[in-house]
This record gives sequence, structure tokens and C-alpha cells, in this order.
Amino acid sequence: MAHIQLNNDLPGIRGLMAFSPKTAEPLNALAETLLRNDDNTLSRGERELIGTYVSYLNDCFFCQNVHGAMAGHYLTCDIAQIDSIKHDFKSAELSGKMKALLSIAGSVQKGGKHVTQSQIEEARKNSATDKEIHDTVLIAAAFCMFNRYVDGLGTSAPTDRQFYINRAPQRALEGYQSSVYH
Amino acid sequence: MPHINLTNEYPGIRSLFIYRPETAAPMNALVQAMLHNPHPSLSAGERELIATYVSRLNTCKYCCNIHGAIAKHQLGNNGDIVQQVLSDPETAPISSKMKALLKIAAKVQSGGKNVLPADIELARSEGATDIELHDAVLIAAAFCMYNRYVDGLATWQPDDAELYDKMGEQRAREGYLTPPFKVATGDSQ
Repeated sequence: MAHIQLNNDLPGIRGLMAFSPKTAEPLNALAETLLRNDDNTLSRGERELIGTYVSYLNDCFFCQNVHGAMAGHYLTCDIAQIDSIKHDFKSAELSGKMKALLSIAGSVQKGGKHVTQSQIEEARKNSATDKEIHDTVLIAAAFCMFNRYVDGLGTSAPTDRQFYINRAPQRALEGYQSSVYH
Repeated sequence: MPHINLTNEYPGIRSLFIYRPETAAPMNALVQAMLHNPHPSLSAGERELIATYVSRLNTCKYCCNIHGAIAKHQLGNNGDIVQQVLSDPETAPISSKMKALLKIAAKVQSGGKNVLPADIELARSEGATDIELHDAVLIAAAFCMYNRYVDGLATWQPDDAELYDKMGEQRAREGYLTPPFKVATGDSQ
């Protein structure tokens, strides 16, 4: 049961977006630009992985499952592999650049000032560009918002993780702008 | 020094908005909808107080100063209320409803799950509506994003109360969608 009367049965952030369409529009536009727009040197899968990892750190069940399933869809790996990256990305089969960016995202989750100069240098050493560093910080920051929005209003979410896996291909096709209406 | 190569003509989030206009557009549209556009029951000043308070809890100097200045101008040029809310909302001259909403905002800042049914009930008993509860949570959550964005990329955050006041006056009057004015910096000469 959500803390407020949403007047709909939609799960997680979708129920909130239907309740408040005026704020849903920019929230969806931000997600679309950050995670799905293809004018980006980070793949959709890599960006979804950053969102998944931060949602895991914030312990947001709905977001880490939605975006974990999206990452799995784009990176063609199963949910067990996504889980093992969340739990220990340093030992995962990821590029040095992605590991450096996930480390920055982990610091942003704790608070912006936790990002250190040496983390930035490590990302650059692994050939991360300014824009990739920028987008990593903003994706991590944005999920600190999405996660708090979803959990702060006590929204409900399907507990069956297969639900999220089943929906990922359609969401990948349609994008985030349409998420209120489905 | 910012972590990435940003213009030195604009401080804080404005330097990031110029760097990446594609993400600036929805971020500005969001803050305009949450804080500036007409609201059924919370004044723009009250909503700016929530943003200012959360920015202080996140120790984001730029956001706390600019939204504190906007709040001041939205509250009839009353900077005292802003300072009192920042030092202790419980004793500040604001409504009991606002105190309950600020308490919820502080819970959101420390993590969404920290908001408990008792916090919601307290706000309701002070007359808070579902829309107000929703908006207080979303404003608090969104400033956990804006604050991390500004500090996570180590943007330039000047120490200049007059400058924040001038920028705040502009935003209180015009909202968030108009261009910022250029700020001259020592090293841009």
C-alpha cells in the first residue's frame, strides 16, 4: 500500500507517474535521454547497468529489477549475471572503463563529495571521456532521486522477478516516454 | 577545479546545463513544475524551503544558497524565515503542516524507506493532502539528484551572498526556463 491514494494499480514509479503527469513528463524525458538516446558512446546496456547498481545500493527493489532486466536485455545476460555484477562488479567481466565508472557511481550514491580526483583519473586512464564521466554522475544522481521517489511514497512492486524480465523487451522497444500509459 | 571541462562563466548546475543541454531541458522542466508553477495549496516559497532544507542536509553549497535566495524572494524578501528553517525547522515561524512535510523531506534525504506511516499520519493530522505529500517527497528526492550532480562533478560554487541573491531574485521572478546571466570570474579575464 502506497502512503498516498494513487487511484491506480500500476506498480512502482508508474503509479506515481499516473498520479502526477505534470512531473512524470520531465522525469520520463530525463530517463529517455540518459538511458536510451543513442547519441552516446556508452551503450544502453552500460547505462542501464549504472542505474541498476545505484538502485541496488539504495536497496530499491522495483528500480533494480526494472533496470536490471533492461541491462540484461541489452547486454544479453541473465538475471543471475546481473546480480553477480551488482554484488561485486570489480570481479565481473567488465571493461576497465566500466569498472571505473561504476566506482564513481557508487561514490555519487553516498553523496556528491565522495567522488575523488583519483577515481576520475582512473576513469580517464581507462579512456573515459568527459561526457561519459558526466553521464555516469548524472545517471547515478538521477537514480538517487528515482529510488527515493519510489520508496519514499511506499509504492508496491511485483515480487516475482520474472515480471520485470518479461517486460524488458517491450520497454526497450517503446522507451520511457510511454511508460505512464502501459 | 571541476572534474570535467566546464565553462567558468556560470556557477554550479548552470555550468552543467550549458555543458549538456539535452539533459538540462528535462531537469529545468522538472524544477519548474515542482517549484515555480502554480500549486493547489503550497506556495512557491514553501516549496523552495523544502528544496533549500534538503540541499543543506546534503551539504550542497550552491543549491542551498541559490534556493535559499529564491525562497527569500518568494517569501516577500524574508530571509529570516529561510535561516530559521535551516537552523531548526521545529522552532521556525512556519505552519505545523510545513514542519511535518520538512520532517518527511529529511527522511527522504536519508533514504526513501526511512519515511514511515507515522510520518505520513503526522502530516495528515496537520492537514497535508495527498498532493502535498507526493510533492514534498518528490522535491526532496529530486534535490538528492541535483545536489549530487552539482557536487559529484565538483562544479564551481562561489562564496558570494550578493551574487546568489541576484540570481535568486531572477529565478523567483522568471522561473527556471530563462537563460542565466553571465558571472565574471577572476580566472576568465
